[in-house]
Amino acid sequence: MNQQKGIKRFFADFKKFFPLLLNLAGKDFKLKYRRSILGVLWSILNPLLTMIIITRVFGILLKVQVENFATYYLLGYTLWTFFSESTTNSMSSIVSGAPLIKKVYIPKYVFPVEKCLFSLINFGFSLIAVLLVMLLQGVYPTPVSLLVFLPVLYCFLFCVGFSLILSALTVYFRDIMHLYSVLLTIWMYLTPIIYPMSILKDHDKAIAIVHCNPMYYFVEYFRAVMMHGSDPIAYPVPSFAFNMVCLAIGLGTLVLGGLVFSRAQKRFILHI
Amino acid sequence: MNSQNAVELHDVQMHFNMSKEKLENLKEYFIKMVTHKLMYEDYTALDGVSFEVKKGDIFGIVGLNGSGKSTTLKLISGILSPTRGTVETQGTIAPLIELGAGFDMELTARENIYLNGSVLGYSRKYMDQKFDEIVEFSEMREFLDTPMKNYSSGMVARIGFAIATMTKPDILIVDEILAVGDFHFQEKCENRISGLMGGDTTVIIVSHAIEQIERLCKHCVWLEKGRVKMIGNAKEVCEAYKST
Ligand SMILES: Nc1ncnc2c1ncn2[C@@H]1O[C@H](COP(=O)(O)OP(=O)(O)O)[C@@H](O)[C@H]1O
Ligand SMILES: [Mg+2]
Repeated sequence: MNQQKGIKRFFADFKKFFPLLLNLAGKDFKLKYRRSILGVLWSILNPLLTMIIITRVFGILLKVQVENFATYYLLGYTLWTFFSESTTNSMSSIVSGAPLIKKVYIPKYVFPVEKCLFSLINFGFSLIAVLLVMLLQGVYPTPVSLLVFLPVLYCFLFCVGFSLILSALTVYFRDIMHLYSVLLTIWMYLTPIIYPMSILKDHDKAIAIVHCNPMYYFVEYFRAVMMHGSDPIAYPVPSFAFNMVCLAIGLGTLVLGGLVFSRAQKRFILHI
Repeated sequence: MNSQNAVELHDVQMHFNMSKEKLENLKEYFIKMVTHKLMYEDYTALDGVSFEVKKGDIFGIVGLNGSGKSTTLKLISGILSPTRGTVETQGTIAPLIELGAGFDMELTARENIYLNGSVLGYSRKYMDQKFDEIVEFSEMREFLDTPMKNYSSGMVARIGFAIATMTKPDILIVDEILAVGDFHFQEKCENRISGLMGGDTTVIIVSHAIEQIERLCKHCVWLEKGRVKMIGNAKEVCEAYKST
């Protein structure tokens, strides 16, 4: 009975505070880009410049053998940035939302979820840069590329779930913010962003570890649909089973995050 | 809960258990936990507080600083939840705990009005309808597109008050906010609150100015060190409070 009430309250709250979510994300966006007219342009240029540097350096140093390396790298890099930016921003969101939380009743998940939305918007803009690079390299999108919303959705669910956990923990332990930036660096190297999975082919252990990494699935999926046109065999359309794996990771993390967060939030106000 | 009541508090206790030192550190936490040095200091801000507020009543809370007035209001607004006991409310609540909660000083007044509206849970469409009314009341039309960091605190308070009171909430909660702004604005706010009272809005007021409570309220509770010292007719409670 009580639980039913709680669920009803949750949905009523969600509906009521949905505009707040959008407004907060919009506010972040405005503040980020207001000061410089070149702001939006910069978020497009930044990945482009990174791409030029990275492809030069790694092309020479590592002799990485990947067709259309710039596109390959940039696809992984933008999705990774989406993940790392959204979770990093979410972490401190409850703590920095303290002035509001202390003064009015608002559902507290609004803060981490808003940060994820904001990163999603930024991701959308970087995608323009990626498309430019793709066209430059002659990797043309195909109808399969329309499926791009799927990996982004799965990844978004994962980001929100993970952000809920991180933001709740940060209220109690501020120092995990520093730990997390170290973790992110390690995590990034466990994701095939700069290297192709083929360089791991003789290292079963390494492959097993990478397969435990949720980001691996989203990045592979994202690339598969975007680069399908360049090489349908190397980048096949993800199977139904692969979709189910991605969905399970995303939803599972979201549910876990929701549970952790709803248990932790009752005591937030005493700690912020 | 009695359908005649807007708010009911039953035997409410509110503890703040603060850790003695501020532990914000995972490492420290583990060391302390392992060595059993994790000590908490329990502070009881409210103890066994019970009262009810009738629908349409104008209810005052008086007491010295630190007696738990703001804590009581936060419990009623749902910002805090009680350690023990129950807090029940009926209807929509507009808390004026601090005006302009959620204003971002980098944004303009126009943007902040929409932002603050959504903080209080109003839709964009609804805010569109009420926008002119808010601007009208706060008398800020010529500054609408100026970033709010250039505003005085009185100007910020005006807009905050205008947003919070533009709808008729079932329960209006007012914490010491009538002390801000100039005389003209205070008068305007009081009139607005009186206007709300004419309807069936329940108003709960905390104020330092005891005359204000006497003038506006019908009933009143006097808190002392987190306990109810006296409750009843506003005039009588205020008399007793003033004579201490
Ligand atoms: N978040 C909190 N953490 C710890 N103690 C608090 C907190 N909020 C209030 N208190 C304590 O509770 C007591 C009552 O505070 P408050 O309700 O603000 O009093 P009033 O509004 O009547 O001046 C004070 O002693 C205050 O220090
Ligand atoms: Mg107070």
